[in-house]
Amino acid sequence: MNKQTRTRNFHQAKWDEPVIYELSNEGERGILFPEIEQEIENIIGDGLSKLPESMIRQKPPNLPEISQMRVLKHYLRLSQQTLGADFNVDIGQGTCTMKYSPKINEKLASSHKLIALHPAQDEDTVQGILEIIHKLDLFLREISGLDKFTFQPGGGSQAILAMASIIYAYHDSKDESKQRDEIITTMFSHPSDAAAPNVKGYKIINIYPNEDGLPDVKALEKAVSNHTAGLLIANPEDTGIFNPKIKEFTRIVHEAGGVCGYDQANANGILGITRAKEADFDFCFFNLHKTFSSPHGCGGPATGALGVTDKFIKYLPVPLVEFDEEKYYFNYNVSNTIGKIRSFYGVVPAILKAYSWIMSLGSVGLKEVSQIAVLNNNYLLKKILEIRGASAPYAKGRHRIEQVRYSWEELYNETGVTTEDVTCRMADFGFHMWSSHHPFIVPQPFTLEPTESYSKAEIDEYIAGLKRVVEESYENPELVKSAPHRSVVHKIETDALDDPARWAITWRAYLKKTQK
Amino acid sequence: MNKKKILIHPYIPNSVPEIKAEMLNIIGVKTIEELYEDIPEELRFKDEMNLPKPFPSEYDLSRHVEQILSKNQTCQENLSFLGGDCWQHYVPAICDEINRRSEFLTAYAGEPYEDHGRFQTLFEYASMMGGLLEMDVVNVPTYDWGQAASTSIRMATRITGRTEILISKTISPDRLSIIQNYCKPTVTIKLVEYNATTGNLDLDDLKTKISSKTAGIYFENPSYLGCIEDQGQLISDIAHSHGALSLVGTDPISLGILVPPSNYGADIVCGDIQSLGMHMQFGGGLAGFIATRDEERYVMEYPSRLFGITTTSVEGEHGFGDVTYDRTSFHDRIEGKEFIGTATALWGITAGVYLALAGPQGMQELGKLILQKSQYAMKKLSEIQGINIQFSQSSHFKEFVVNLDGTGNTVKEVNKALLKKRIFGGKDISSEFSELENCAVFCVTEIHTKEDIDRLAQALDEHLNEGDNRR
Repeated sequence: MNKQTRTRNFHQAKWDEPVIYELSNEGERGILFPEIEQEIENIIGDGLSKLPESMIRQKPPNLPEISQMRVLKHYLRLSQQTLGADFNVDIGQGTCTMKYSPKINEKLASSHKLIALHPAQDEDTVQGILEIIHKLDLFLREISGLDKFTFQPGGGSQAILAMASIIYAYHDSKDESKQRDEIITTMFSHPSDAAAPNVKGYKIINIYPNEDGLPDVKALEKAVSNHTAGLLIANPEDTGIFNPKIKEFTRIVHEAGGVCGYDQANANGILGITRAKEADFDFCFFNLHKTFSSPHGCGGPATGALGVTDKFIKYLPVPLVEFDEEKYYFNYNVSNTIGKIRSFYGVVPAILKAYSWIMSLGSVGLKEVSQIAVLNNNYLLKKILEIRGASAPYAKGRHRIEQVRYSWEELYNETGVTTEDVTCRMADFGFHMWSSHHPFIVPQPFTLEPTESYSKAEIDEYIAGLKRVVEESYENPELVKSAPHRSVVHKIETDALDDPARWAITWRAYLKKTQK
Repeated sequence: MNKKKILIHPYIPNSVPEIKAEMLNIIGVKTIEELYEDIPEELRFKDEMNLPKPFPSEYDLSRHVEQILSKNQTCQENLSFLGGDCWQHYVPAICDEINRRSEFLTAYAGEPYEDHGRFQTLFEYASMMGGLLEMDVVNVPTYDWGQAASTSIRMATRITGRTEILISKTISPDRLSIIQNYCKPTVTIKLVEYNATTGNLDLDDLKTKISSKTAGIYFENPSYLGCIEDQGQLISDIAHSHGALSLVGTDPISLGILVPPSNYGADIVCGDIQSLGMHMQFGGGLAGFIATRDEERYVMEYPSRLFGITTTSVEGEHGFGDVTYDRTSFHDRIEGKEFIGTATALWGITAGVYLALAGPQGMQELGKLILQKSQYAMKKLSEIQGINIQFSQSSHFKEFVVNLDGTGNTVKEVNKALLKKRIFGGKDISSEFSELENCAVFCVTEIHTKEDIDRLAQALDEHLNEGDNRR
């Protein structure tokens, strides 16, 4: 640790590991499968002769041939070149709630009592896991104030698709699905709040923020009509500003005949503080891999737990998990069900981890999670605003909930250093700093969310990293613009990735394009 | 000593009162409550959430959860022949070793500079799937086969500019339900009949239903009913002659011995990678793949992340990044193709490990082994009085339909009897296909020994043909 700058003399692992096909040596084996029993072979023969000749693969698949330890080593080396949240002060990936995923929950979820369950087993043999699914449903009802949850969606975006599907089914049941063909969302809500309903054929109206950074009520009033199918909106949005008029939004949309879905993928600042129910939402969803601690897994597996009010239970995907005071069971008898969103019952290990996390904290603990997450965020906000070149657009002087979308606009104007440059240089100190979803409404954006998991000392270390990069930007911008210098790789040539003649999404495509 | 101890939860470091006070002081407020100034009274939740008393001690928590889980009876403790979209295969130890690594388990959305390993492993996963499928483009995995098939279909509609899709009736009903929801209301789905004897697609019905409106024909091989479809090229030719695409769903673990769909004319191939190194996890181990040729008109229609290999500012260094990011909804909320979000990347990394371990020989040997075992099981079961193997004229990979009509027992009754002998019988499809009223899909893989299969046959025979159950 450099005592003066309080930043690390970090260097990421650099193994210079070849692409896996380059490790192949003919004849090496990574794993052996059982030998067929002689008795079976005597009766059945080679098994292949029963196949139609045209269906037998003649050429073995082009896979590498590598011994077991070398495969292990390859992947371990690549793992060292991946900056998981367990290593990082991972507060630079705002909106994603990069909190601690407790190891005990990993251990519990790797029990054969979970991993060796087949989803079509007799209900009597899966009472334990059904109990956990059902109880997590009860917990989330309490946290949201809504009446029933499904865990089928395999992520937030799929939960949004499910909401749009239910909105469609609801209007369809009233013969209004053709007329009500518009979904309203806001620019600071997740892109999937616009993109997923678009898949269902909806036209999308995006409400832009006003000068306070909040979606404009007047714009909403103008947007609603008898074409309105529903509203899908986050709160707080990516800015971390709580929308105090959220109940007016639901009122306006309900009065127009629309349905309201609350994007609470990230609810980390409001557990036990405010709920979907009090704001009159018909649905909400929580990402179990965000607020409820299930790990992010490089981008899943994940769960978007979707809750609805009584009125909409009959539209939920099947099956629902119920309890009749004696036994847990699957209920397929859902009158207006949208059918299936994902196979079976969702990403069950994520459900177990969320259950276990809540059972570790309880109601007081959950509220403490949110309060400390908000404390950490406002502490970070205060400190970031002291950094030259940084700003937090909108809501000046006010506090934020769990995250803030900041801007390096001033830094860029004064030094030419962009958000992307800062990100690359932050990597040299072992940090990640994310920008924003597109479009960049906030110029040179960066979005930070410290959650409850990081100590003050760790947050201070991240701040020291930003300060150091800013100082460098003013003193020696080239150093920042040519970063990273201590990462696994150097500046990546991205033009080829957009050029059909040069892009290579697999090794075989790469060989074809480079070995002409 | 009587002073009440404040509980500092191990997951929340800044609960320590002194630190909390210092931070509040720096922010310039007296209480955390002041930070919530923007949330109006009417939106406040005033009660305490009614949740059970927690177990802050890790030991107590562990006891509590383990006690609930202990009520489960698993496929490890019992002998299972369940299949149908989720399968019990052997998971090599290294697959678990890699996907439980903190580095991969807790990474998310870092840049290629922080997460070079994440990009490389997923590129390698796609490369090895490409080798198995003989296709040049494979996506970063999506939720499951259902989503992969749904997106393949939507891609076909965009590529052809048509809105009608034909689907083989032998598809898994769950998957069909996912597709129907995903296509509603913009894509019309028509089902194509199958041959009641062979279980294969009815080409006459296909020819009747296909038209200049058809965007594609989707069929699965092996099908949900276990049959190997040997008319793939004919189906693809019929599709192509009408300007439609050939879309094929497949189980990748079959491709060590079966011809990959790209060889019989498939334009888009999809399926699930759960069989490649993922535990079943009560259905939580699923993940979908989509593969195509490397043609711009196909690549530009993927909604998924596609990771590509490129150069860096240093000569000879491999770099990785997103290929044509601009086509995704991350870049353009509305014009982007469908939508993208967190799906199942970790399972993709794991499937890569599996394919690297198995290699070409392993996939061939495994495929052959499964064929031999399932054929042996079919033979043993068909010898039991009253039991018929449906579609026995067809060839099968690991699954086959057992018809219990001749036994006088329902699938439910038989499975209850087997359960008493600690055997999970085949997946009951009686309510899924009206024409297969008393049928179950049995699944046999490399995990089943001869002894296991004999035990199943004996248990069935005992139940059906001894004592009072004979009807």
